Amino acid sequence: MASGIRDKVAILGMGCSKFGERWNDSAEDLMVEAFTECIADAGIDKKEIQAAWLGVCFDEIHVGKSALAASTTLRLNNIAVTRVENFCASGTEAFRGAVYAVASGACDIALALGVEKLKDIGYGGLPEFSSAMGITNSMWFPNLTAPGGFAMLATGYAARYGLDIQEVKKAMAHISVKSHANGALNPKAHLRRAVTEDQVLMSPMIAFPLGLFDCCGVSDGAACAIVTTPEIAKSLGKKDIISVKALQIALSNGTELAYDWDGAHFLTTTKASTAAYAEAGIKDPRTEISMMEVHDCFSITELVTMEDLHISERGKAPKDIMDGFFDLDGTVPCQVDGGLKCFGHPIGASGLRMLYEMYLQFLGRAGQRQIKDPRYGLTHNLGGFPMLNICSIAILGRHGD
Amino acid sequence: MVGITAYGGYVPRYRISRMTIIQNMAWYFPVIMAVAGGEKAIANWDEDAVSMAVAAAYDCMAGKDRKALDGLYLASTTLPFADRLNAGIVAAALNAPEEGLMAADFSACMKAGTTASMAAIQAVTSGEKQSVLVVASDQRRTKMATMFEMFYGDGAAALLFGSKDVIAEFKGSFSISCDFVDHYKGSGKDFDYGWEERWVRDEGYGKVIPEAIRGFFKKTGMTMADISKVVYPCYFTGTHRAIAKDLGIDPAKLQDNLHGVCGDTGTAHPLLMFAAAMEDAKPGDRLLLAGFGQGCDVLCFEVTDAIKKFKPAKGVRGCLATKVDFTNYLKFAKFRDLITADLGIRGEANPNSSLTVLWRKRRMILGFTGLKCTKCGTAQFPPMPVCVNPDCQSAGQFVDYEFADKPGRVEAFTGDLLSPSVDPPAVYGLVSFTGGGRAFLDFTDCDMNQVKVGMPITMTFRRRSRDSMRGFTGYFWKAVPKVEG
Repeated sequence: MASGIRDKVAILGMGCSKFGERWNDSAEDLMVEAFTECIADAGIDKKEIQAAWLGVCFDEIHVGKSALAASTTLRLNNIAVTRVENFCASGTEAFRGAVYAVASGACDIALALGVEKLKDIGYGGLPEFSSAMGITNSMWFPNLTAPGGFAMLATGYAARYGLDIQEVKKAMAHISVKSHANGALNPKAHLRRAVTEDQVLMSPMIAFPLGLFDCCGVSDGAACAIVTTPEIAKSLGKKDIISVKALQIALSNGTELAYDWDGAHFLTTTKASTAAYAEAGIKDPRTEISMMEVHDCFSITELVTMEDLHISERGKAPKDIMDGFFDLDGTVPCQVDGGLKCFGHPIGASGLRMLYEMYLQFLGRAGQRQIKDPRYGLTHNLGGFPMLNICSIAILGRHGD
Repeated sequence: MVGITAYGGYVPRYRISRMTIIQNMAWYFPVIMAVAGGEKAIANWDEDAVSMAVAAAYDCMAGKDRKALDGLYLASTTLPFADRLNAGIVAAALNAPEEGLMAADFSACMKAGTTASMAAIQAVTSGEKQSVLVVASDQRRTKMATMFEMFYGDGAAALLFGSKDVIAEFKGSFSISCDFVDHYKGSGKDFDYGWEERWVRDEGYGKVIPEAIRGFFKKTGMTMADISKVVYPCYFTGTHRAIAKDLGIDPAKLQDNLHGVCGDTGTAHPLLMFAAAMEDAKPGDRLLLAGFGQGCDVLCFEVTDAIKKFKPAKGVRGCLATKVDFTNYLKFAKFRDLITADLGIRGEANPNSSLTVLWRKRRMILGFTGLKCTKCGTAQFPPMPVCVNPDCQSAGQFVDYEFADKPGRVEAFTGDLLSPSVDPPAVYGLVSFTGGGRAFLDFTDCDMNQVKVGMPITMTFRRRSRDSMRGFTGYFWKAVPKVEG
């Protein structure tokens, strides 16, 4: 029986670039910006990094294939650098590579770096992915985009729980208003303006029933983490040791697409979260989780995810949302840093950016967003589409807690 | 006995009123006001001659054995491929057998549909073929503010020929072939080029059709008294009637030219009018079918008792009844690529369709064929090597399973305005099928605001991509939510 990852690996340092439309910066500049903060925070020399993982999704529009972009940009010491890609879970995949390397004893100190430079394509939204789905799928898959794929979840959810779509939209609007309010408090966030529920509800339709303000920012950015063992962290003088409590990834195997699925939940998130709580030793996530950064690529994704994380009961997420349960002053604050919605969503960086916020919160560095005495912080990514996806979940906490 | 064993038709859902065209374009060419009445059928943006042919073929072959086909002739002047058998695409969409099937395209003439029918009859009569499907289909682009724009509609029709369960016995034929060029379309040209209407009416339709019908009577010894219904195309409604008068046809025996409700559907039109006539035919009726274009084909059929046991899936009348008024002339012009509207950078993506994949996956992509697990009975799409049922997951124990003719329901959907489409929003969603299986599919022939979760759907074969750089047209199946009727 595997003992799991709990408390085997500590975060030595983290860094995150400012996210946004970084018109005058390349992926290389963003990587250096995040890495400079990270290595200073870790307090080690670059040569002490023994292995690295790079998370990038749309490599074809910026860094190109392989991990050479990371090794050459950071002038790493001819160490092993591995590029990972698993749609929006790419950043957490990079983190997992580094964490597992340390946990296995294969190396003492490892780097996880995520980056995405999206604003070089000449149009809004994510790059179109007709060829990213593979040559066969490109010959039959629907003419879909990310908002359209997730919008289906809203019609599916409304039908499953017998709700009027406007009721669902109202809860979705609350989600976006909350994330904008949080983003406004974050100097590194892409979108920093508070919005009202009316603004969200009246925003132009992108993919029914999702309006513009139901969609997250498409941003440039990078984030990274240096990880090591708790013992080494201590030996390097770290006092507050933040460790990995759980790290789980679950992928669809085709049942949602082709067998049985209600169109109203994420099967993978349900499974990954259950495994993550077991790994972390969490019995009741609704009371034990202190804060979350979930994959709010679209407001409906966040709404449904609350149920798949076993925080809200099935069909009850809209009520929890409207009750303010996930607001900054609520029971389980969610998207404390603004989320994908407002911090932004440079795909390969997003998983690490979420961990960065948890890390800041544990160390009391979150400024106006600071949550009092957090115990467990959960991050969650959902790559792909509701009916075919990759879910990654990480839980951080204080070492030994 | 040799003859027709099934018939079917397809008229697209959208109709544009001729007044709509006049309101938009009469400023440019007021002569179009001369044919102000009625409406014409227009193919949706994702339809073409091949996709409409498939629709008509399915309409015809509901309840018939598609696996028994040994001939498939496609007649059209608007085929998407100049070199690639278009009838082969239709055959693949029908999941017709590959071995033993002779598929052929009949083209370059408005009477190609009747000519293909005569070829089919000859093949069956000789004993060479048992079951030959003839499909005629046209979707002719016309320049704006032309009489062609007023007259032409889009549609398809199908006739199945054989010697078992004949519903209309073949009673003889007669042809005239002559190089009378009322209009032509040069190779590589987008549009028809026509000669003076008065000449086309009086010397073309008005002379050639009567000559051919008289020639048929002379050859067979029949007279007009032996005939219950006469079917010939002529989009000049006055001339259509004048020909009848010339031949002594009782107006009650003259089949309507569908000008008011559909427009002239080119090679499909004689067969489409004939399919409409068959819907009203009774045992003993004799129908005369004529096709016009560089001459004239005349065929005669006598309806048998077996007609009582046959019905097309929806038929011409059914198609004509389920219609949606298309009031936006500019949108119609965009659908036909007559005007340039920006699709944005996102719309520039043009992945090359892989011919190796298309060959390997032809049953899946063209035939919408998935698998049924012989171990657990689960129907599934797309076809994969391992069963999708989590409690089964057996490998390679499958039989082919056709989804194209299975009804289903909408499980979830959206209307996507970000996705590049000439008919935004792009509607797509998750569909489950009666009898098992589900698929994530584009929707068509629906207004997003009418779609609801739980709504029934049927499947339709549509154009999925048009690669103008390489000249390739890709096809797949789409779901049609039952928003009306």
